[in-house]
Amino acid sequence: MRKIWILVRKEWAEVFKNRFVLFTTAFLPLLFAVLPLVIMYATGNYASDINDLASTSDVPPEFMELCVGLDGSGCMQYFLVSQFMLLFMMVPMIIPVTFASYSIVGEKSTRTLEPLLATPIKTIELLTGKALAATIPAVLATWLSFLIFAIGAFILATSPGVVGKILDALWLTAIIVVGPLLAIFGVTIAVMISSRVNDPRVAEQVSALFVLPLVGLFVAQSLGLIYLNAQLILWMAVILIVLDTGMFAFATQLFQRETILTRWK
Amino acid sequence: MSDQEDAIVIQELTKSFDAVLAVDRLSVSVHAGEIFGLLGPNGAGKTTTIRMLSALIGPTSGRAWVAGYEVGKQNQEIRSTVGILTESPGMYDQLSAERNLSFFGEMYEVADLPAQVERYLRMLGLWERRFEPVGTFSKGMRQKLAIARALLHEPKVLFLDEPTSGLDPEAALLVRQFIAELREEGRTIVLCTHNLDEADRLCDRIAVFKSNLLALDTPNALRRKLFGRKVVFHLVTAKPDLAEFVKQHPFVQSVEVVDNKLIVGLDDPESQNPLLINGLVQAGAEIQFVGEVRQRLEDVYMQLVNA
Ligand SMILES: Nc1ncnc2c1ncn2[C@@H]1O[C@H](COP(=O)(O)OP(=O)(O)OP(=O)(O)O)[C@@H](O)[C@H]1O
Ligand SMILES: [Mg+2]
Repeated sequence: MRKIWILVRKEWAEVFKNRFVLFTTAFLPLLFAVLPLVIMYATGNYASDINDLASTSDVPPEFMELCVGLDGSGCMQYFLVSQFMLLFMMVPMIIPVTFASYSIVGEKSTRTLEPLLATPIKTIELLTGKALAATIPAVLATWLSFLIFAIGAFILATSPGVVGKILDALWLTAIIVVGPLLAIFGVTIAVMISSRVNDPRVAEQVSALFVLPLVGLFVAQSLGLIYLNAQLILWMAVILIVLDTGMFAFATQLFQRETILTRWK
Repeated sequence: MSDQEDAIVIQELTKSFDAVLAVDRLSVSVHAGEIFGLLGPNGAGKTTTIRMLSALIGPTSGRAWVAGYEVGKQNQEIRSTVGILTESPGMYDQLSAERNLSFFGEMYEVADLPAQVERYLRMLGLWERRFEPVGTFSKGMRQKLAIARALLHEPKVLFLDEPTSGLDPEAALLVRQFIAELREEGRTIVLCTHNLDEADRLCDRIAVFKSNLLALDTPNALRRKLFGRKVVFHLVTAKPDLAEFVKQHPFVQSVEVVDNKLIVGLDDPESQNPLLINGLVQAGAEIQFVGEVRQRLEDVYMQLVNA
């Protein structure tokens, strides 16, 4: 297991030499931290009376039920920001795709795969190391952005009730647990593709082709989550744990050292 | 299982890639502590053989044992025991020489890694440039770094696929001396090379190989088998009647006159030379030097490969 960490450190040493990679890792999460704050600021004095808000149908009636204890602008803030929370959950899945799709085929094209496979590293260690190296920075960047957002929300919220709703156990679970699980899912697919193709560019394209629709699917599915459902999010976590484990086992099975080294067409 | 004395035992080892039969029922044993040359034309299957023996690819059929571990069954043990200089010395270009080595060293669980890294970087003349990214290195420098990588974990069995390719004469000499030292330390070395002179000087035994084995012996025995032994007599003037005189001896296999030299084929020069020298002097020859003609390994190789 120590080898996993050695590999992760090598990957980071290699990729974070490049400032551009740091930037692209941090950019999307930061954007998702700043945008909802801007919106919160803009909707700060939308409507003070919750009944006024109900009559405008700006906020779906189902959502209104969640606004118990909030005033009109609080409810509006909560509604808009909730949609960003979904994105917060999804970014860790989007950011590492490129990095992960490069993981195996990249080593092959630089001819480092052969000496690497000649070392006593087990396939599962290799894949875990590659997957973690891609997942961890994306998750950390997202969490950091979320923290920035949470601090901003404290400052900008019209009523303390809004902050309480935004930072409740449900959303924290979504971001702290579901987000990383989604990231692992996407990364595993990308690593799997990376060990099946012969060209890093193809790996990137194919991975994007696989992972982005998945993101869309999750976003569509999760729209239901806005109408707060603790059960749904827990189910999602459970299903993802099973999926991740299965996918990862599959990726390990699929990984044929010899084929990867010798197939060029 | 393998004999105690053999570091590598290969039985009927075969590898095919789709239509290409790269290695065809190869059977040889490599003795512990020897330098074993694997020679053969491009595409002969040398790299493929080395890859099978270092558990990178599996044989299509046949079996092999490396350091007592069976290929295909104890791959993990083989990988920790052997060192390999791969045909293309792939390195992480963004990382420094030192970082590259320490990464691989950690993978091999090298004890006292910093000292090992320093030792080999110094030995191969890369210490001064250890913090520079390998991407900026010349081909030969990368090659030297790859040699260091193969040695970091002090492997008992070492596979070197064209170690001196791309090296300047001085560096190539250094590497050759280095390989000779490694044998002194008791390691078993399988050396692939296209430099026949290098193989001649370094290898205890040589396998000439083109999908299957063409010949296997010590360099000198290969020469003798193919060409016999030849002794050259440098004379002040080589008169034709001297050649006739030499030919009269029943043990003489052949005589050639080239300029002022007599080139005589003998099977046992150690006992036959004194007789010939005596006779020649009495027949009026003025002998300047006597020596054995060393057939170039190149000729041996050409003969074998083109047969
Ligand atoms: N990955 C591969 N896919 C298909 N054929 C291969 C592959 N690797 C090697 N071969 C074939 O196997 C044969 C032996 O190749 P190998 O690389 O072992 O030769 P070699 O003796 O190392 O040659 P060289 O002296 O040029 O390095 C060649 O015909 C080659 O085309
Ligand atoms: Mg080769």
